Amino acid sequence: MQAEKRETTMDRVSKGLARRYRRERWFRLFGLSAIVTSVCFIALLFVSIGANGWSAFQQTEVLLDIHFDKEQFDVDNLSTANYGALVKNSMQALFPDVTGRSDKRELNKLVSSGASYVLQKMVIKDTGIIGSTKKIWLPADDEVDMFLKGYISRDVAESARRLNDKQIGWIDQLVAEGRLEKKFNTIFFTAGDSREPELAGIRGAVAGSLFTLAVTLLLSFPIGVATAVYLEEFAPRNRWTDLVEVNINNLAAVPSIVFGLLGLAVFLNVFGMPRSAPLVGGLVLTLMTLPTIIIASRASLKSVPPSIREAALGVGASKMQAITHHILPLAMPGMMTGTIIGMAQALGETAPLLMIGMVAFIVDVPHGVTDPATVLPVQIYLWADSPERAFVERTSAAIMVLLGFLISMNAIAVFLRRKFERRW
Amino acid sequence: MESMSAVLTTGETPFLGAYSMTQEKVRQEDKAPRENRMTVGVPFVDDARMTCRGVNVYYGEKHAINNVSIDVGRNEVLAMIGPSGCGKSTFLRCLNRMNDTVEGCRVEGDIQLDELNIYDKSVDVVPLRAQVGMVFQKPNPFPKSIYDNVAYGPKIHGLASSRAELDEVVESSLKKAGLWSEVSDRLDQPGTGLSGGQQQRLCIARAIAVRPEVILMDEPCSALDPIATATVEDLISELQEQYTIVIVTHNMQQAARVSQRTAYFHLGDLIEVGSTDRIFTNPRHRLTEDYITGRFG
Ligand SMILES: Nc1ncnc2c1ncn2[C@@H]1O[C@H](COP(=O)(O)OP(=O)(O)O)[C@@H](O)[C@H]1O
Ligand SMILES: [Mg+2]
Repeated sequence: MQAEKRETTMDRVSKGLARRYRRERWFRLFGLSAIVTSVCFIALLFVSIGANGWSAFQQTEVLLDIHFDKEQFDVDNLSTANYGALVKNSMQALFPDVTGRSDKRELNKLVSSGASYVLQKMVIKDTGIIGSTKKIWLPADDEVDMFLKGYISRDVAESARRLNDKQIGWIDQLVAEGRLEKKFNTIFFTAGDSREPELAGIRGAVAGSLFTLAVTLLLSFPIGVATAVYLEEFAPRNRWTDLVEVNINNLAAVPSIVFGLLGLAVFLNVFGMPRSAPLVGGLVLTLMTLPTIIIASRASLKSVPPSIREAALGVGASKMQAITHHILPLAMPGMMTGTIIGMAQALGETAPLLMIGMVAFIVDVPHGVTDPATVLPVQIYLWADSPERAFVERTSAAIMVLLGFLISMNAIAVFLRRKFERRW
Repeated sequence: MESMSAVLTTGETPFLGAYSMTQEKVRQEDKAPRENRMTVGVPFVDDARMTCRGVNVYYGEKHAINNVSIDVGRNEVLAMIGPSGCGKSTFLRCLNRMNDTVEGCRVEGDIQLDELNIYDKSVDVVPLRAQVGMVFQKPNPFPKSIYDNVAYGPKIHGLASSRAELDEVVESSLKKAGLWSEVSDRLDQPGTGLSGGQQQRLCIARAIAVRPEVILMDEPCSALDPIATATVEDLISELQEQYTIVIVTHNMQQAARVSQRTAYFHLGDLIEVGSTDRIFTNPRHRLTEDYITGRFG
């Protein structure tokens, strides 16, 4: 009787078991397919950005024999000398049979207008080269660059492309002579923004982003941690602190553009701070990231086991000592992780910065928090809006740089978490 | 108030006249009935280190300790036993004001350490907790090195003026805690890497490193295996020569082994106090008897 009963119980369990395992399999399969899908989308994103953007890391340059003609430097100021003429003369020397006025103009268009700045810099750096002739690689025009990269097809009707047949002929000749080559695009990393794609770089936007983030970090980390410590360790539990807590959680959900409008109204209009300045951008992003940091910091303070607090108080540490000696160090990795995630959000933020004028076209690389500047995501937005084909690849390249920053920030967060994670 | 006057009787005078003080077994019908909530036995001693009078503790509305009066004698081990939830930990934590950190906890009454009321407004809890150390139920070493665990108290209280002196304090504390021989070669390793019993002895070393007068232990062995428990019990007996120890335990054998006096708590009331031998062989209150004979627990 007893044995029989057991038998049936086991049978029932095993019958149910099959169903339970089936459910588990389905659940696992569901999770797996979700992950595979998202990985596919991420891969697609990276591939498309990479495919569009990698070519921006190369720029076509043209090798010219520049003669630094003494006559041209017969002026008071070296920076006002006619460097454009030097470039034109050497092009003329390469193509002596081009004589017509408009043909000459077409020919000179092959070299970037930025070439003269390169020469200007060289002369100002070393005036000794005046009078000599030098072989110099100079940036080619963006249309030439696009042609060499294959984005402009010679099969298209002449009127439908930006380079005419004659220009293509000259380009072929230059390529044949080894005077036209794709080289690593240093300008992209060393220059600020420009109307000319071949002269545009992300240095200004990167510097602007770094200044903005520095302001954000310096303000939001100490304020956020202090707020979290106060709320978690000192504040009495009453209606007021409940209200504060609810509002902090609400702030975390406020759309970022609202912070931009607030910044415009308060920092620019009331306090009269400069427009387009990383300082103001940093202040606005501080408002935006503070809730994130406070919430993460409170969570990591909460996760410090109460036994550690009791241990410290039990040997006679004051409350402040217990916090600074034991609780804060243990909560710090979590706080830093939260902060880095907040910073990564701030780095990718565009909308609030548009409101305070960081969307302006700014050529100069900023050198301080009050210089006008833009930031990487805004730069991407600006380039994505530009009509020139060469800006398309630069947009993608800038996205790659931004993603690089974001990925390394998150990697640092993971590293910190791994390194300082404690087990009790 | 009638209870107060009875409670304030000191010395070896019998607290409830009807119950004989002789060593002979108290007759069953002479034992205090279960309804009686006044303390039976001898809660007071002549040479008290800590005296508690009329202590009430509330957690918000909840009355957790009800009018408890008891002395802790010099260099004695006082064991507190009782069913769980009866308020042993709560009362223990009153003795070094650890309850201050608990939200909503209110302590009333008079608790003196060497004639000084520790709940007086002028008393600072920081030096108080240096005088009355505490060892917790679950070993809770800091996630720092063994050395730093022990050195922390002396450091914050400025007890050692030089590194050498600090080294000495650490060594002597670890020796007193019976841990020195096991860890002397790895003082720089994390305290959390030790075994449970070693961790608890490390916590004891940490507590005695600030040279307290009284050590409070809240079920110090409840998370330990029998061998580690035996080691800690031996340690308690040794420490008794220098310190006054109040130990909460749910293990009656342990109370019998390590303590001289035992206090039995029941639902917030102090039911009976007496010498450990007497309590375990000859309880005078029915509730105590129920508990130690295993009828209630
Ligand atoms: N922090 C607290 N808040 C509210 N009630 C508590 C708190 N700590 C303990 N209590 C209550 O006080 C009573 C005594 O608890 P405790 O002293 O921990 O008992 P014991 O240590 O004897 O098991 C229990 O009923 C418990 O629920
Ligand atoms: Mg307890």
